[in-house]
Amino acid sequence: MIWVNAVMAGILLGGLYALFACGLSLMYGVMGIINLAHGDLAVLGAYLVFVISSSLGVSPFLALPVAVVLMGGLGYLMQRALLERSLRAGPLVPLLTTFGLAIVIQNGLLQLFTSDSRSLDAGALTVASLHVNDQLTIPLLGVVIFLVALGLLGGLQLFLNRTAIGRAMRATAQDPDTAELIGINAKHMYGLATAIAVGTVTIAGTFFGMRSSFAPLSGPSQLIFAFEAVVIGGIGSLWGTLVGGIVLGVAQTIGAQINPQSSILCGNLVFLAVLIIRNGRVFVSRAVSS
Amino acid sequence: MTTAAGLRVERWTRNSVIRSSLIGLAVLGLFAAPTVFEPAITQKLTGLWILVLMAAMWNALAGYGGLVSVGQQAFIGIGAYSTIYLTHAGVEGYTAMALAVGITAILAFLTSFVVLRLRGGEFAIAMWVVAEVFRQFVSFDSSVGGGTGISLTALGVYGPDYGRAFTYWWALTAATAALLILFFLLRSRFGAALQAIRDDESAAASLGVRVRSSKRIVFVLTSTGCGAAGAAILANTLFVQPNSIFSVQWTAMMIFMVLVGGLGTFEGPILGALILFLLQNQFGNGGVWYFIGLGASAVLFALFMPRGIWGTITERFDLRLTPIGYWVRGPAPPTARDPGLAQSDEGPPTDPPSEVAQ
Repeated sequence: MIWVNAVMAGILLGGLYALFACGLSLMYGVMGIINLAHGDLAVLGAYLVFVISSSLGVSPFLALPVAVVLMGGLGYLMQRALLERSLRAGPLVPLLTTFGLAIVIQNGLLQLFTSDSRSLDAGALTVASLHVNDQLTIPLLGVVIFLVALGLLGGLQLFLNRTAIGRAMRATAQDPDTAELIGINAKHMYGLATAIAVGTVTIAGTFFGMRSSFAPLSGPSQLIFAFEAVVIGGIGSLWGTLVGGIVLGVAQTIGAQINPQSSILCGNLVFLAVLIIRNGRVFVSRAVSS
Repeated sequence: MTTAAGLRVERWTRNSVIRSSLIGLAVLGLFAAPTVFEPAITQKLTGLWILVLMAAMWNALAGYGGLVSVGQQAFIGIGAYSTIYLTHAGVEGYTAMALAVGITAILAFLTSFVVLRLRGGEFAIAMWVVAEVFRQFVSFDSSVGGGTGISLTALGVYGPDYGRAFTYWWALTAATAALLILFFLLRSRFGAALQAIRDDESAAASLGVRVRSSKRIVFVLTSTGCGAAGAAILANTLFVQPNSIFSVQWTAMMIFMVLVGGLGTFEGPILGALILFLLQNQFGNGGVWYFIGLGASAVLFALFMPRGIWGTITERFDLRLTPIGYWVRGPAPPTARDPGLAQSDEGPPTDPPSEVAQ
């Protein structure tokens, strides 16, 4: 029963990792950028929710939509002001730019909020759980996070497949020059993709902050988990990130069951094993899959 | 070398021979530093050579090999911890450091089979995961102090003053050897092949460049250099902790030095190391604003001055310290038919000489 519990917890954790991963996957799919500041933007978003909810005295759930809009706007500006220029300068420059940005965000947060870890108060949801039987209980917050992940991935898929903007975004992903010829503003599309990515990772960061605690330097490990989920699921596939997130989550909770210290190591080893088995073929497709 | 069109390709000019000899003499002079300065300054200068070594290695990997890694701290940590393991087995301290470099080379070779199939950002983060895995393994091993770290006691037999001097010579030798190997490698066919891969992997492969083995050579070589840096860092501070030696901040420092100095130039990273060394001594190492400055200047240099300070200077003033590249000169005036190609052998050339390989 301990193992069933561990697998259950791992699947729910996978939902959180999918939330972290879908923005990373979207930016990689549309622009070919791996955003090394992705995890730090999640932490920045969590701090924003923390500041809004504590200064206005409202629940983090109410602060979250405001933070998502603000962070999305920040993402759009970041793309247009910094990343757009770096995209023109060759494939290595976006990596260097986003890495520098990550260092700035981490240390900026350290300066503003010290290295103390904080958590977001989810109210009654923090401790509530579904009682299946005497041995098996499922935390309600985990279920909520998993359902939000399902909804977000489904919504993103619908947006990319069914809306005019979504189609324009996929066209830009396949060939920005040709997309420009048929009247699509590729730069605007890139900005929107980044805005969506930063918005979704704000949701991920907030749930992460409700589930456990966060500190200014929590970002890099979240980036690594998101990247592992994307690669395990196959780069370019949105639903793949959910599968990847679940595999990673289960690997970590089973690892924790063997030895509490080895949880993250176990996830990393599963990721490296997948890399070796795949023999470098990590793509499903460059363009966001339809 | 003279080609059919009357163009001459120059490498060793009289000037570059003189300059290279002077640089060689200057490096020999640097070896005398511990006999002149007090141990505290020797220790600081050791830190400078470690920075030079790290910057040169990251530059060779990214600037010439096109492989941006954010996980080279993996090999810095391996170099340091291999030294610890070897001294525990009874090996003398400096010998252990040298053997640790060999161990790093073997582990880098094995790692290359996992990560080198990936490209671009995938390779970058996969290397980060590799560094995390090594850090976690070391943290679990209580024989080397686990997560709390351990001191290097094997160098204690030399006493603090001699120890500082020996460590200085070890670090300077490692940095000089690495730069010499890089210098001759980049001047060889291999250097040209590497830059062809960086610029266009498929095109290079279609011209017969062995892409995978070339990448493997540069990856193993530069990672081994990071291992030497790690061993030297340990010898210079005499204490090591998994979270700090496997920290991504080493990569932040390497990226800063290379971007500010000049990505893909031979001399740039040395200049970058000097700048970082001065900044560390001015503002102290490790403060919040220090890292904000490091990250922000990396972003600004990547976006607005992609060739860094040294690259920009050489571009504008047509200046070079080391003869890494080729000069293509026009034919001498008497034989020149095309006035556009004519150039005098005396005085500065009228056209900037085009550079085939930098």
